Amino acid sequence: MTIFSGWGARGRALFSDNKGPWGAPPGGGGNEPPGGDDPAGGPWGEPPKRGRSGKGAPVTSLDEFLQRGRSKFGGSPGGGFGFGGRPDSSLLMWGLIGVAALWLVFTSFHQLDGKERGVVTRFGRYSHTLQPGVSLTLPSPIDRVEKVDVANIREITLGSAAEETLMLTGDQNIIDIAYQVRWNIRDPEQYLYELAEPDETIRQVAESAMRQIISQVSLQDAMGASRGLIEARVQQEMQQTLDAYGSGVVIQGVAIKQADPPAAVNEAFKAVTAAQQQAQSDVNQANAYALQLRQIAQGEATAFDKVYAQYKLAPVVTKRRMYYETMERVLKNVDKTIVETPGVTPYLPLSEVKRSTPRGAAQ
Amino acid sequence: MTEAIRRHPVVAGLIAFFLLILLYSTVSVVPETSQGVIARLGKPVRIVNRYKTGDQFGGPGAGLVFRIPFAENVVWIDKRVRDLDMEKQQVISTDQRRLEVDAFARYRVTDPLRMYLAARTVESAEESLKPILGSQLRNELGKRPFASLLSPEREGAMENIRVGLNRIARQYGVEIVDVRIKRADLPSGAPLDTAFERMRTAREQEARSIRAEGQKRAQIIQAEADAEAAQIYAAAFGKDPEFYNFYRAMQSYKTTFLPDAQGKTGQTSIILSPNNEYMKEFTGR
Repeated sequence: MTIFSGWGARGRALFSDNKGPWGAPPGGGGNEPPGGDDPAGGPWGEPPKRGRSGKGAPVTSLDEFLQRGRSKFGGSPGGGFGFGGRPDSSLLMWGLIGVAALWLVFTSFHQLDGKERGVVTRFGRYSHTLQPGVSLTLPSPIDRVEKVDVANIREITLGSAAEETLMLTGDQNIIDIAYQVRWNIRDPEQYLYELAEPDETIRQVAESAMRQIISQVSLQDAMGASRGLIEARVQQEMQQTLDAYGSGVVIQGVAIKQADPPAAVNEAFKAVTAAQQQAQSDVNQANAYALQLRQIAQGEATAFDKVYAQYKLAPVVTKRRMYYETMERVLKNVDKTIVETPGVTPYLPLSEVKRSTPRGAAQ
Repeated sequence: MTEAIRRHPVVAGLIAFFLLILLYSTVSVVPETSQGVIARLGKPVRIVNRYKTGDQFGGPGAGLVFRIPFAENVVWIDKRVRDLDMEKQQVISTDQRRLEVDAFARYRVTDPLRMYLAARTVESAEESLKPILGSQLRNELGKRPFASLLSPEREGAMENIRVGLNRIARQYGVEIVDVRIKRADLPSGAPLDTAFERMRTAREQEARSIRAEGQKRAQIIQAEADAEAAQIYAAAFGKDPEFYNFYRAMQSYKTTFLPDAQGKTGQTSIILSPNNEYMKEFTGR
């Protein structure tokens, strides 16, 4: 506010006086030492007051403020090298020196922690790279330091579970894949100066390399066993490409997080899994049956052999004994009808026999 | 001097301001990432920090450069490897199959003067090169059958595209570092659907064959077991078929007539004739 009105007055003074364009304005304002906002009450504030009061304008609060300011600093309306001006200017000088010193300290000393490197440019030209620790450079407009974090491993994720990233495989099938690339900066100067958009470039190269490798393997390989191999080949391919660009970046690893058939054909793939399990269970059942059958056969054969060995020692007796024992056990539990006279059997009331049987069993 | 400044702070300030402007228009800072064409009243006269293969950073190119104030000004042109990203293109292979290809090229301005004369800015050069990359890609990939677009041979095609594009790019002072395919997908709609259908039927076929294979193996295993059991039986029982007949008959009677493990008895009535072998002694003959 003060400044604007001051400028305005200065302008008027400029045109009204013909003492030269930058000549001292009327009144003693110009003799005041240069100052900041507060002492400006003297040099800058004077003309408006004069101008306005000359035109008979009412005294404004601004004028009151200026007057107060003037009395505070001990300056008289006439200005000149008053007692109040001098300590003010030297204070300003010290202030400026202080700011300059702070500037020097802050822009010359650089502390880098272990994972950082500082790339120093002198007037835009690459000068050297600062290692971790405290180092000294020329102050700011001359030397500039750009800190680059070389240890931090950055991650790029391509594809996600939510959204399908479809790729063509070598056998012209389609796979839905999600993967992650981890990288860090090896060479901070190259990283800063070689590529216009390093991060975007790495992403594009990752996508390109993955598709290239996937398009050379079959769907089964991509989904199954050779995942590790694919990861390694993508990493190698990416590193080669990025080295060719001189990107100063190291690919730390590629991880395939997901390699599935696309949702549209997922059911068919599940059916294959189901079929595999079905086949396996068929085989398992057959194996169980075979095992059982073999054991039974061996058991029976062995039993027969044992008995046969004894039978050979006394064939007639053993045979009779076995016969009677068996008959005894068999006939003990059944209804028996013994018909003495031969030829009766045809006349036997079969229904009677049948009816009596359940009762007999029940008793 | 200081006295003069104190006396005329405004004058001093203005002088300083003009000096700064003069300095600013005389001296330019050339960063490592840019090359500059210095034009005197629009006519290029000098090139600063031009890219040369194998240059190390910190060479004499970058740094401060002086020029005639107001008459000369610097046009900055990127020195870094830049990205030329292409719109998606549909490529039709020789066997009439469609593929949607998204490619990108990396390039670097190696001749800033030519770039300045031909296109003024890097962006406008990019705009001119984009359609050329697209048509190169279509031409080159269109010469090949579909299967080879998915094979390592693709690398050869990429190199051809790079060479072809480079020929035109050189007119803009640009060198193509490489061309790579970012995506090569089947276009959505019919081509994608038929691919899915083919995958689905292939899986169904696989599922069936796996199931049949499982059944086959199960049958073979069972038959082998049957055969082996028969062999074991034959080896044992063959020693005395007659005794086996008797032995097995006895076992069979037991199994048939005796209550089983649950204690259930078959409903059996036996009518015996005294002539029966078992009854031989019963009659007391």
